[in-house]
Amino acid sequence: MASLAFWNPIACIIAFVVLVAIIYLFRSRGQKKYKKGTAQTQIFLSGEKPPDAEQRHIRAHNIYWGFFQALKQYYDPTIKAHTGIINDYIIWFITLVAVTAVILFIVWLT
Amino acid sequence: MTGTIFNIPFLAVAALVGIALYIIISQRNLIKLVMGITILESGVNLFLITLGYRAAGIAPIYTNAPEGVMVLPVPQALTLTSIVIGVATTALMLSMIMLTYRHTGDIDSEKSRRMKG
Amino acid sequence: MHTLVAHSAILIIAIPLLAAFLTPLISRVSKKARDILVIATLVFVEFLVIILAKDIYLNGIHIYTLGASSPSLTIPEHYMVPVRIILEVDAMSIFMGIISATVSLAATIYSISFMKEETGGDRFYTLLLLLVVGMLGLEFTGDMFNMFVFLEILSISGAALAAFRTRFADALEGGFKYIVISAVGALVILFAIGIFYSQYNLLNIAALAQAMQYTMLDKIALALLAMAFTMKLAGVPMHMWAPDTYSVAPAGTTPMIYIASQACLYGLFRTCFTLYGVTLNTATIGWIVIIIGVLSMFVGVTMAVHQSDVKRLMAYHAISQSGYMLLGVGVGLAVLGNPEALASYGREAMSGGIFHIINNALYKGLLFLTAEALFFRLGTRDLNKMGGMCRNMKYTSIFFIIGALAISGIPPFNGFTSKLMIYESVYRFNPILSVIAMLVSIITLASFTKAFQAAFTGPALPQYKDVKEVPKPMLIGMGILTIIIIFFSLFPGLIVNSIVNPATDALINQATYINAVMGGL
Repeated sequence: MASLAFWNPIACIIAFVVLVAIIYLFRSRGQKKYKKGTAQTQIFLSGEKPPDAEQRHIRAHNIYWGFFQALKQYYDPTIKAHTGIINDYIIWFITLVAVTAVILFIVWLT
Repeated sequence: MTGTIFNIPFLAVAALVGIALYIIISQRNLIKLVMGITILESGVNLFLITLGYRAAGIAPIYTNAPEGVMVLPVPQALTLTSIVIGVATTALMLSMIMLTYRHTGDIDSEKSRRMKG
Repeated sequence: MHTLVAHSAILIIAIPLLAAFLTPLISRVSKKARDILVIATLVFVEFLVIILAKDIYLNGIHIYTLGASSPSLTIPEHYMVPVRIILEVDAMSIFMGIISATVSLAATIYSISFMKEETGGDRFYTLLLLLVVGMLGLEFTGDMFNMFVFLEILSISGAALAAFRTRFADALEGGFKYIVISAVGALVILFAIGIFYSQYNLLNIAALAQAMQYTMLDKIALALLAMAFTMKLAGVPMHMWAPDTYSVAPAGTTPMIYIASQACLYGLFRTCFTLYGVTLNTATIGWIVIIIGVLSMFVGVTMAVHQSDVKRLMAYHAISQSGYMLLGVGVGLAVLGNPEALASYGREAMSGGIFHIINNALYKGLLFLTAEALFFRLGTRDLNKMGGMCRNMKYTSIFFIIGALAISGIPPFNGFTSKLMIYESVYRFNPILSVIAMLVSIITLASFTKAFQAAFTGPALPQYKDVKEVPKPMLIGMGILTIIIIFFSLFPGLIVNSIVNPATDALINQATYINAVMGGL
């Protein structure tokens, strides 16, 4: 490893303990006097009624939508190539064996 | 080349392996795919036996052996092992196809798949 | 004790094999006795692997000749070549052996509570022990045909385990794809072994390495072997079977099938470094391995971000992390013929890649086990249907966070240490590869954030109000892997110096491997 590296297990443990102490400090300075079950613990949406939990939770296929749209040119052919048909898997294998053999042969010739 | 006739088994190996790979690539019916794998295995076993042949060789048995060159016995042992492994693999593949047919009602490799992408 | 060490190589393979076939008999007595037998066998195998590892780091390569009057009698009287099956365990083999034994133990403890609800438990444990035999046999053997036999044992038991839950149609499909891929790959490897035997009349790896002249047929055999092993370890573009198979395997067997693929990675390195070694033009095959590695990293992680099925997401990440190992060791292979490049960055790249194998086995195994824990309690693998599980499954969430931070290469976890070694050394070889590797690391973190948000955080969904934490054996299995991850994170220098650097040196020095068997002939 490079000589500029510094990796001391005691330092890591001390850093972790300090971090936990800071987190505990932050959480202990919160409001202790609140009434559970009244409007103080519910979601505030400027007076509108918040939708129920099923609709509030962002589902997995909606996350990173912008990323997938931006890379649409890469994703469409790639996803179409993952067909799921067993015959295609063997076609990839035979192609790659042939390409490797040709590359090794060409390197031997030169 | 001494004895061109001894190259015929190697040509047969090439033909078997080529036909088998073509079947595996092109046939959609899963049972035919397994047949293709079995033909590939026969081709490789034939290759193993053929490479052990020595011209005018006799069977490699020491008891009351006549004079002369013996063919190589080690590839024959390798072939036996490979045949046994092939039986196990074929049995497993065929039982999986049978259960797939029971679940999906189809043994086409494109229509019976449920996972893609 | 000395006899135990001397015979440990064959005992590690023979004892699980015996236990695999005793399991159905013992289970007639009681189910608990069967569970105890399986766990005790794997604990004993772990113990033997550790004492064999200590012996190898002290005394060098460990040889065991099957059927000879003494274990080190490799070449019989009046013979010039070894004729018996020889188990040759050097530092790289025992490194893979440590990984296989440890992850198998954790995964089996995890499976115990899972199998209480399924029928056919005897067959499950028999197949699991046969999978362990196949992995350890592949890693310890010094004979090419023996490698083929253990590869087939591994494939058949792995495919039967993947298709174990026959009531689901996609489990059968995953198992079928795995056995077809394995059968074609193994037959191609047998063809290459036939090519070797026809030219040299030898099957032993060390003897073949000494006799190898790099003829035209040997080149064909190299292409066949390298590509068949790459297909078995799910390197892009032959990786498409892996998400199907890894996502349907039951209980703790997904990490074990994944470690079986890593054993095929070991087979690839054995072929390139030890069997061919100095006769190769390593720049060509090195660059082929590097390109497969970079493609694996990139395609693996970009497909992983897209997935909605949690185990398929983990499987694509497994493919992506294999790319790091191929990249690191590929750089080492490409500069193998260039001594000063090898000393300055090649050796460190190989150490980084090999260290990544053990780090990845640990945190990927942990992540597969947490994904299976979600499936066990919720009955679905679809991330679109999950939400808010961190309230009900607190320990699983913590294990998931540790695994996700480790796989993304966040300091101070162990993923960071091995990735840093790879980045530094590959940068000196070619800067673009290192930049792609760092980009892949960022996208890895992105996709685990997505999985964590979808499954664990969010509002408490009403249909999951009564979901409890997973049973104790599962937590113990995940806990073992977490403790080892934390240990590796705190003391990476110790691990690299004691386990990883001897493995790198064992791969680079082909001559030591040959001399251990041929004895200077």
